[in-house]
Amino acid sequence: MKFVDEFRDREKADVLIKAIEQLLARMKRDETRPLQIMEVCGGHTHSIFRYGVEGMLPKSIELVHGPGCPVCVLPMGRVDDCVAIAERPEVIFATFGDAMRVPGSRKSLLQAKADGCDVRMVYSPMDALALARLNPQREVVFFGIGFETTMPSTALTLLQAEREGIENFSIFCNHITIVPTIKAILDSPDLRLDGFLGPGHVSMVIGDAPYEFIARYYKKPMVIAGFEPLDILQSIWMLLKQIDEGRCEIENQYARVAPAGGNAVALKAVAQVYELREFFEWRGLGSIDHSGVKIRDAYARFDAERKFAVSNARVADPTSCQCGEVLKGVIKPWQCKVFGRACTPETPLGALMVSSEGACAAHYQYGGVKRGRDEAEASAA
Amino acid sequence: MNMISLPSRRSRGKVHTPTVTLAHGGGGKAMKDLIDDVFVGAFDNPLLDPLDDSARIDLLDLAQYGDRLAFTTDSFVVDPLIFPGGDIGKLAVCGTVNDLAVGGALPLYLSCAVIVEEGVPIDLLRQIAGSMAATAKDAGVKIVTGDTKVVNKGACDRMFITTTGVGVVAAGVELGAHRARPGDAVLVNGLLGDHGAAILGARGDMALRAPIESDCAPLQGLIARLLEAAPNTRFMRDPTRGGIATVLNEIAEASQIAIDIDEAATPLRDEVRGFCEILGLDPLYLANEGKIVAIAPPDEAAAAVDAMRAHPFGREAAVIGRVVDGEPGRVAMRTIFGGRRIVDMLVGEQLPRIC
Repeated sequence: MKFVDEFRDREKADVLIKAIEQLLARMKRDETRPLQIMEVCGGHTHSIFRYGVEGMLPKSIELVHGPGCPVCVLPMGRVDDCVAIAERPEVIFATFGDAMRVPGSRKSLLQAKADGCDVRMVYSPMDALALARLNPQREVVFFGIGFETTMPSTALTLLQAEREGIENFSIFCNHITIVPTIKAILDSPDLRLDGFLGPGHVSMVIGDAPYEFIARYYKKPMVIAGFEPLDILQSIWMLLKQIDEGRCEIENQYARVAPAGGNAVALKAVAQVYELREFFEWRGLGSIDHSGVKIRDAYARFDAERKFAVSNARVADPTSCQCGEVLKGVIKPWQCKVFGRACTPETPLGALMVSSEGACAAHYQYGGVKRGRDEAEASAA
Repeated sequence: MNMISLPSRRSRGKVHTPTVTLAHGGGGKAMKDLIDDVFVGAFDNPLLDPLDDSARIDLLDLAQYGDRLAFTTDSFVVDPLIFPGGDIGKLAVCGTVNDLAVGGALPLYLSCAVIVEEGVPIDLLRQIAGSMAATAKDAGVKIVTGDTKVVNKGACDRMFITTTGVGVVAAGVELGAHRARPGDAVLVNGLLGDHGAAILGARGDMALRAPIESDCAPLQGLIARLLEAAPNTRFMRDPTRGGIATVLNEIAEASQIAIDIDEAATPLRDEVRGFCEILGLDPLYLANEGKIVAIAPPDEAAAAVDAMRAHPFGREAAVIGRVVDGEPGRVAMRTIFGGRRIVDMLVGEQLPRIC
């Protein structure tokens, strides 16, 4: 398949793996521990597992799967709010597919649908707006979720609804922003990371400037990476090269899609529609300042949070979860106390088991739970 | 069949309304007219025609095909009822015929139980019955008994069909999921995931139109060829819901062996690959309705592939992997990129990813 197969070429992968091995061999580094590289984005985590990238890398490189799966980090209280909105008889609740399985404290949207709520899976917020046009007697609520990648499309849909004078459409805004969360990870005292693979699709919107602080103040290198397996290998090689040469920069491997300045039109729509929340709750990470956005007062009539007086109650994460430690690379997914036992993709306890992009779910699905258990037992013994 | 005395042909009723109403399920004349006009006319065979409470089949007649009876049932609730490459009627026949055939049986007789929602156009019902009849003919089976129920609007989604099938297994044919041995070849008869992609595309809720047709087909002919060419075939299964990933896991678990497959050898249509790329789905978990996964001993694998390729439903047949000595129950795939990953059972349904 054109424009896909080129980025999954086995021979080119071999060349890159050799280059990575050579670089590692001549690098001066602490040989007692592996180099830890965090891929921030869930899309990267998925590709890494889908193509078996981790197993191709030398053992001295450890990939830490970061917090960049918006479905995973959605806190239980917000899912409860979704269900409460969906349970109103006048509401058609429109959501992306993989958000349907996220557990709330009472139920997931999938269960709510089975119990009779009108929950529809859509592929774009514009599909939800089309539902509102088709069902003028119903209230259509779109579940806005995702980082800067999906923020503009939600904003543009809201602006389109305003232009058309559609009154029965609103957005339950759960959009979050990645930069404060990377900062929170960098500020944690048990941090061990050596560098970051940056989320390419977020940079497609925001460019590379917002990450400058990582290099400047925290002295960690980052490479903004594409999502094909060759993109990931090349980005790892670029990161090692920075470490080898003692540089800390924000480099862009994904220039074919993500321009340095981002997307001006998208950024304008985002600025017009949203403002930063004081704080937002993340499953597994707790409350992080300025890490979420809400709809501005000027568009209050499109804000489901205000239209349906959402309770916004906080529900604490289960105490047995070690998602926070997994996210920071302190432990591997299978070293968590509940991984594969109390916490499985069928009955996820923690954020990272929720969506197939979550580090634990990806390990469970593609990494082999039996191997994980064996290793956990071996390390405990 | 010559040992059963059949009554002379009775006169058949006719439907006089454009849609199905509750009267058609009332047990009276309207129901008889519907059954006669729509089903008996289409299925047209002497075992069904008298409309007795059961079809009676001569045991000696069955015994000429083998020494064991195979018996299976399946329900069909597909949405949409008509999709590229087939419809619920074709699917209801193929599904049950294939369940018999992969067990090594020659499919012979089917039942057809239909639950219809009031308001369904008679012409639609006629089209589905016609499709069942045509597919049954292709599959060499007769639909010999049935049932029709009409339910209130909203009590079912237009039409559900249950088919039950009877077939006969030839003496000496022994197939089982527990029979796979290290060294055996893992075969498929063609391009994977077409049915799942066609149905998802036809539902329209992905806002994505793809020129993909369901692979829905009756496989008794292909399977007979395969068993002739590779008589020591260990096991076959049709990878419907859950796709080949699920079937391979079932085999690995039942036989307590490991399976390695090669992504580069797995036959996939470019359209299905593209469809999965865009929606974030994995084709290994997509449903098939005209495919089998077969486990054959190493010395018969090439003959099995050749036999399948010589059949219209097996042109793209391929060896996609091997049974290996390894952690029992583990299925792994060498990816096109050169890496390795576990292919596990799916939890729940595949849902498209956000980004």
